[in-house]
Amino acid sequence: MPNLSFTAPTTVDEAVRMLAGGAGLAKPLSGGTDLLVQLRSGRMRPEAIVDIKRIPGLIGIREEAGEFVIGAATPGVMLSAHKAFEHAWPGIVEGADLIGSQQIQGRASLAGNLCNASPAADSVPAMIAARATCVIAGPNGRRTAPVEAIVIGPGRTSLEKGEFIVEFHVPKPKPHQSDAYLRFIPRTEMDIAVVGCGVNVTLDGNGVCTDARVVLGAVAPTQVIVEDAAKALIGHRLDEITNAALDAAAQRACKPITDKRGTIEYRTKVAGVLARRAAKLAFERAGAR
Amino acid sequence: MAKTHVSTIINGEPVEFLCEPQQTLLDVLRDELGLTGSKEGCSSGDCGACTVICDGNMVCSCLMLGAEAEGRSITTVEGVAQGDHLHPVQQKFLEHAALQCGFCTPGFIVAAKALLDENKNPTEEETRYWLAGNLCRCTGYDKIVRAVLDAAAVMRAEAAE
Repeated sequence: MPNLSFTAPTTVDEAVRMLAGGAGLAKPLSGGTDLLVQLRSGRMRPEAIVDIKRIPGLIGIREEAGEFVIGAATPGVMLSAHKAFEHAWPGIVEGADLIGSQQIQGRASLAGNLCNASPAADSVPAMIAARATCVIAGPNGRRTAPVEAIVIGPGRTSLEKGEFIVEFHVPKPKPHQSDAYLRFIPRTEMDIAVVGCGVNVTLDGNGVCTDARVVLGAVAPTQVIVEDAAKALIGHRLDEITNAALDAAAQRACKPITDKRGTIEYRTKVAGVLARRAAKLAFERAGAR
Repeated sequence: MAKTHVSTIINGEPVEFLCEPQQTLLDVLRDELGLTGSKEGCSSGDCGACTVICDGNMVCSCLMLGAEAEGRSITTVEGVAQGDHLHPVQQKFLEHAALQCGFCTPGFIVAAKALLDENKNPTEEETRYWLAGNLCRCTGYDKIVRAVLDAAAVMRAEAAE
């Protein structure tokens, strides 16, 4: 990396100029827990690193009318320490909290986890399930996109040159609405998801599901919104028949690969199981509100 | 490429250094500042041997650029003892023989201190989860966990005095 530059701008406009300015690859740096590994291995050869953490608002969580606004570079430790957000969206916090060790949690951010664009990213399914959106700054100003529009394939995002995520907007849950995220790994800590599943449900006063979103991770090139799984839940309580329909819908949505963490058959089977378990948790939480 | 001038606080002392853009905080600590307590194990954030505390958060110094340290406050293993007076975690590591080759020890000491700064009375399970980002190939972890729990008990007793 003979020509690498490092800058730490304090405004969004300045950061966009630095990211868009050069001919070569420019990377925004938030927690760096993926970027620095890629830099060292030579897998990523940027000419500019732009540290976005000095921009006001990029770190921190604020509550606005009807929503939470989370700075793109907010580290995991801040997310899990925010009681109101954890109460509102326990599944998002569960997912983010599963990323790496306590040391990684000191730095790793939602935007980094999303833009690293791994199909197995643990914070992403629950964010999509919660219908979170992101504000993206770029040379043409700001735009808003749903979280599911960012990852387009392993390691690839829809962000244009010069664009970076500034913040996430997560709507506050409605009455009887809650979520859950579960992932399966062969041990208890420090691994990458074989399958991950985020479920967000809204119930009526009788425990019947009125709205749902089921999102799978690590079973396709991107996270998958399983429309049929949501359809299986809406209008029903979580009984045996609903569970069977949910399980089958989750399995049908899988287009996984076989790798050292699991085969196609195994991942597909586990996706159905995790969808049922995450739905059970989300229904219990939503019902308790 | 131009080096970046960085002003930071390390173990309570103001420090200035020049670093290349790609130099990690760990590179700077070891190669520029002579603070060789933090170890380079995996260089990918898996082993925790390079653990330091940055503005109150435990981080892998191999996954942080030196240039990012501008204006921050960093604690390394060299800052854990007060002069010749060992921190209870360090004392208990000795008493419990919670180290063999010692390469992982600085990372464990910093991580354990960070745990006890936040949680005065951690359970064994909390301790094991907290230390999951620190790898040790010698001890089998049990003596480390005993040492940390014992240090916690000592610190609680000291605080009660």
